[in-house]
Amino acid sequence: MIRPQDLLCPRPEGLYCPPGDFYVDPARPVDRAVVTHGHSDHARAGHGAVLATPETLDIMAERYGQGFAAQVQAAPYGEPAERDGVEVTLVPAGHVLGSAQAVVRWKGLTIVVSGDYKRRRDPTCPPFEPVPCDVFISEATFGLPVFRHPDDREEIARLLRSVAQFPERSHIVGAYALGKAQRIIRLLREAGWDRTIHIHGALERLNALYERRGVDLGPLAPATTAKKADFAGAVVIAPPSALQDRWSRRFPDPVGAFASGWMQIRARARQRGVELPLVISDHADWDELTATVDEIRPGELWITHGREEALARWAQLHGITARALALVGYDDEGED
Amino acid sequence: MRAFAELLDRLSLTASRNAKLTLVRDYLRATPDPDRGWALAALTGELTFDAAKPAFIRKAVEARMDGQLFAWSYDYVGDLAETVSLVWPARPGANREPALNEVIEALRTASRAEVQRLIEGWLDALPTPRERWALLKLMTGALRVGMTARLAKRAAAEMGGVEAAEVEELWHALHPPYEDLFAWLEGRSERPSADNPARFRPVMLAQALDEAVDFARLDPSDYTAEWKWDGIRVQLAHEGGQRRLYTRTGDDISRAFPDVLEALADEGVVDGELLVVRDGALAPFADLQQRLNRKTVDAKMLETFPAAIRAYDLLHEGDEDLRPLPFAERRRRLEAFLARQPGARLDISPLQPFGTWAELAALRADPPEGDARLAEGVMLKRRDSPYEAGRPKGPWFKWKRDPFTVDAVLMYAQRGHGKRSSFYSDYTFGVWTRDDAGQRALTPVGKAYFGFTDEELKGIDKFVRDNTVERFGPVRSVRAEPHRGLVFEVAFEGLQRSARHKSGVAMRFPRISRIRWDKPPGEADDLEALERLLAQIERR
Repeated sequence: MIRPQDLLCPRPEGLYCPPGDFYVDPARPVDRAVVTHGHSDHARAGHGAVLATPETLDIMAERYGQGFAAQVQAAPYGEPAERDGVEVTLVPAGHVLGSAQAVVRWKGLTIVVSGDYKRRRDPTCPPFEPVPCDVFISEATFGLPVFRHPDDREEIARLLRSVAQFPERSHIVGAYALGKAQRIIRLLREAGWDRTIHIHGALERLNALYERRGVDLGPLAPATTAKKADFAGAVVIAPPSALQDRWSRRFPDPVGAFASGWMQIRARARQRGVELPLVISDHADWDELTATVDEIRPGELWITHGREEALARWAQLHGITARALALVGYDDEGED
Repeated sequence: MRAFAELLDRLSLTASRNAKLTLVRDYLRATPDPDRGWALAALTGELTFDAAKPAFIRKAVEARMDGQLFAWSYDYVGDLAETVSLVWPARPGANREPALNEVIEALRTASRAEVQRLIEGWLDALPTPRERWALLKLMTGALRVGMTARLAKRAAAEMGGVEAAEVEELWHALHPPYEDLFAWLEGRSERPSADNPARFRPVMLAQALDEAVDFARLDPSDYTAEWKWDGIRVQLAHEGGQRRLYTRTGDDISRAFPDVLEALADEGVVDGELLVVRDGALAPFADLQQRLNRKTVDAKMLETFPAAIRAYDLLHEGDEDLRPLPFAERRRRLEAFLARQPGARLDISPLQPFGTWAELAALRADPPEGDARLAEGVMLKRRDSPYEAGRPKGPWFKWKRDPFTVDAVLMYAQRGHGKRSSFYSDYTFGVWTRDDAGQRALTPVGKAYFGFTDEELKGIDKFVRDNTVERFGPVRSVRAEPHRGLVFEVAFEGLQRSARHKSGVAMRFPRISRIRWDKPPGEADDLEALERLLAQIERR
């Protein structure tokens, strides 16, 4: 009788598959890695071989250069690949462009490593697909009942109301460079904002990559060329760290906005001096996490990172065996 | 409810005064009666409900969800109303969001049991945490969104393009939801009548003097000087047979000071300082606090802590509004007016003649014997200044005496609240004394939680975390030894004896004036230094 831990088990480097001799999202350089998505705490440079979706490989090459791994293998969504008799299929996770869950099958046993995921519509990537499995390995970044992300269209509407209310000020939206920034831009376009959106230099390459991959971002311009007064009424997208940086002083009396699930907590917004928190996250909130576990009804729930204890308790209260893997190296206090 | 919730949410995170004004003004413009009036009442602190208590909210949420998950959530967020607004497990069925007006009417009239049932229903019906948070803030009466009543009234004035002072002056004749006010501000009707007798008049305040700039550009002959008495600024009104005593923000404190009310025999409105005066001599501020802390007063209090007013200005005499007159003229009228009032509970704040700024500086630094020793500093008023509401720039200045300072050692740190909830931001500090065994030891002398920048807070917070000796709930004791520890220069306004503090002294208005990273704790001050200071103050 095969036990799930014979197929996948935590090791210091990350989640390891002994029969297939590979790691999923390892935190250190290893011989063989399966990478679920391009965020830097999941996709690191220096592995011997990397299996990932074509989009994720593209993102890694953009971030780390072409030689980020000795060998790469592109696995489009839904096309099984094989590693020493272990079948690995990547299916959409709905997190960012190219993000995938790794469905690992071996001798009749199925384990799904979700990577980071969300269940809401995202105009920049295909939605999460639930896969029946024996073990579902979930993240729990927002694994507390306090995290209930609102409708992202309403958050964008709040941003645009503020732009209209303060036409003499500029609005700087802090957004993570991969995924969040492009999603915010798309949401702005869908809300009818067709003016030029100004962009911090750190976002340019990933924006271009998204455009090459068919995500239309509309008119963009660097946030460097105009005079201060030209930015009155402008929407500027920048990495979150730029909000409090000297960089933001070039704008007229800027309203600091930050698009993140953490912005649900008022003290977090205050600590960062954020005037307009936008609760927009690329991670599942509490309701999505619990609904996903309920929908998949795995034999066991393993939890990789975030607030494991609360999700584990919820699962146990609902008759699902749950276990915290206590993996190191993932950013559970990150920019989201 | 939705617009009101968005307004509170924005206000709570907006630092700029102008941006706050814009937010409130735009809200008042866009929101119909009576909702906007109730919102203005909430922002000006005019609403209190006693039927709903926060404890019931906690019970209600725990009845609906796992206690452990709630406990983890509350621990993470740190604020009960916010936690409940986020985790609230709504029951299906509610299909109509309550309007602000509806919520307030119900809170004002319903019984406690009814209110609890209603609030649960509203929490179910409100679609997002933001609205649920606003409801809970409203219910508990403490909005704490960084909005003063003064600023909210100014926003209303801006909405109608009138002077803030006009709204201030009307305010006491108005009642929520202020439909008559908005009708006037929107030009739909006449100005509401403010002619209720003995109403509050908005107060004129002084700017702090900047010694480096102001002396060079001001001519001493344009100004009069008087002591800045260490009590609270009040307004005593006697009109149409009614007598009222107001704080400078317009709170009616008449009931606590019947002795002072009687002092004004003739009709008029006097601006002055409320003090405790015993046998003709000014008592320390702590004595006045004994009276201020009470809503009403008994014969014993009146005898032990006799209150009085030292008059600064005369705003009305009989029917005549004196505010447009120059200060010098009002002052002459005040002197004549006071001469006609019997009794010792109302006297005048005497002018202090001076020729040059240097002479005034000498006087301020070394006040003569008597009451002047207890003054906080001096006030400068332009002889030609009319009485203008607010804090106009130029006509009046306050020049406070330099505060006392002491070097003290950080002993305990407590986690802050609100925006400081993740920082150790409340500090108990001590000075050196001898313990029972004759060893040099620290004894706590006070607590301070401001006077430092956010950047400095981070530094102190790191020091606390790196030097924790023991933890007691939210409090940490930190290393405080002659060669290891952190010294604060603490500034304070006064010192008094205290049985509550083990050290026997208590500071008035202590705050951190400098962080002495450079100073070894062993070189901080001794308790003796404070005791000497106390003796000096008491001799005054």
